[in-house]
Amino acid sequence: MSARSYIVDDREKKTFLLDREALVSEEVLRGEISQVFGRCWIYVGHSSELKKPGDFRSRRVAGRPVIFCRDQQGNFHCLFNTCRHRGAIVCTERAGNRRRFQCIYHGWTYGNDGRLVGVPGDDAYAEGFDKSSHGLRRPARFEDYRGFWFMCLDPEVDPLSDYLADAKDYIDLVIDQSPSGEMEIIAGVQEYDVAANWKLMVENSVDDYHLPSTHSTWLNFMANSGVKIEPPKEAGLVLPTRGKAVELGNGHFTTDNVNFRGRPVAKWIPLYGEAAKAEIDAIRRELVDRLGPERAQRVADTNRNLVIFPNLVINDGSSVTVRTFYPEGAGKMHVTAWALGPVEEGESARARRLDAFLTFYGPGGFATPDDVEALELVQQGLANWAEDRWSEMSRGMGKEGEQLNSDEHHLRIFWRRWNEMMGASA
Amino acid sequence: MTVAAPTVVTRAEVEDFLYREAALLDDWKLGEWEALLTDDAAYYVPPNDQLEGNHRNTLFLIADDRERIRQRVIRINDPNCHAEYPRSRTRRMISNVRIVGVEADLVTVAANFVCYRFRRHERIREYVGAYRYVLRRTGDGFRIKERRVLIDAHELGSLGSVSFIL
Repeated sequence: MSARSYIVDDREKKTFLLDREALVSEEVLRGEISQVFGRCWIYVGHSSELKKPGDFRSRRVAGRPVIFCRDQQGNFHCLFNTCRHRGAIVCTERAGNRRRFQCIYHGWTYGNDGRLVGVPGDDAYAEGFDKSSHGLRRPARFEDYRGFWFMCLDPEVDPLSDYLADAKDYIDLVIDQSPSGEMEIIAGVQEYDVAANWKLMVENSVDDYHLPSTHSTWLNFMANSGVKIEPPKEAGLVLPTRGKAVELGNGHFTTDNVNFRGRPVAKWIPLYGEAAKAEIDAIRRELVDRLGPERAQRVADTNRNLVIFPNLVINDGSSVTVRTFYPEGAGKMHVTAWALGPVEEGESARARRLDAFLTFYGPGGFATPDDVEALELVQQGLANWAEDRWSEMSRGMGKEGEQLNSDEHHLRIFWRRWNEMMGASA
Repeated sequence: MTVAAPTVVTRAEVEDFLYREAALLDDWKLGEWEALLTDDAAYYVPPNDQLEGNHRNTLFLIADDRERIRQRVIRINDPNCHAEYPRSRTRRMISNVRIVGVEADLVTVAANFVCYRFRRHERIREYVGAYRYVLRRTGDGFRIKERRVLIDAHELGSLGSVSFIL
């Protein structure tokens, strides 16, 4: 692997520059498919998507068609959706419940635990042909943290729990919304392409510097809906409240912001309507009773946009979204986004959560389309990369101590880790 | 004294109304378009994998009540709505219009559509699907009580966003 570095990280001069080739080059993409996506834990799905034995979802994870499923005993599996015979996809449905997956080509049939259970005309094979060694292949590792399942193609990788490092605390904070500690993926998925490099989505998901300029129409909408949007009171802030960027280890990081935009769990804003007040108060009381006042405040009064390196984002903001994305070429990515909520959430609270989601997130939301536009404009602008080579990412480097959500500290964490995984020495 | 017999709703009347609506949207006359809505109007775009879902328990792409539609129009008329500035050019083709139900003053209508969208130098984006309307008959013609847009694509994919009124 080349030792070439894509960043200039000068801590003395307090400058951080990114070589734009990292965002446009197909060769870089080939490198990151093996060096990054081939070696990191990659999000597959959530246990709530498979409620019963036999439930399955077929999807692409890090470019690989997989079947995320449960066997008859209820064990979770991640199987490569590729027939061992001649290579065809064996599960063509998106979701359902099946004991068997049968390849349409020659009829090889697999159990929902991946075992090969049927080969038409198997007497034509030589005696040594062993069905038990022809089960569906699977990624080297498949582990979960509190219902979030990840796969890794590298058998030598650290256990998921070690890999997640301090990000686990922030996952816990999301899950603490639920009285039973169980969250679920809500029906309905948003899948859309963005004509931009996938790493721009990582940046955008945690970059609070862009909010006032990219999302002024969302801020207007919030103000029109009775939410007080006060000008920042402190030097360096760009939003009404204070927020910081936190490093979580292994390339993970989060923003951690004092809420001003309301939260379904559990901070009322006028947007939710007067009728919602009593229910949100009750949700909040439950939090305080269960978690104590301090922890309840952490859960209910802060927003956190969490990045699990390299491509999982859990935004606990206007609502909770689980979002993952994968490159389809250097200048294009495919995004999949779900909403997450407590399993015991009542009908009206669930409806409010989904409505709050749509005020900001998604292809028809009041903010995401403008993010998509910003990322696509970056990608278009980068056509000049060879003559205009460096992106500037040193915001916040000049100061001591805490880094704000609107600084670029967390973006630098991502890029340092990425650069290191790509084989560069810092 | 004669009592007026309930008038029959004709497909031609419904088509005229849908074509007029399509022209207003294609021409970005969103104020005039809003005047076609009832005070309790709703606008839904279900997710591609749950076309028959209920927005109260399923994550939609768009689930606007009347107030949210008003805010959506304010937003997309604002030059700071970057996804629609410069504005998309759209061209809607509506066909296979069917009246599928009439109950009192409400008329349920199904139609097919293709909406072509162009932005700057981008290639064409083709939104293909079905409209489902609940129209209210008034003394002043139809008003839209519900407007549901079912996109046929299995995922939004390269269509990207639904940042305009589809």
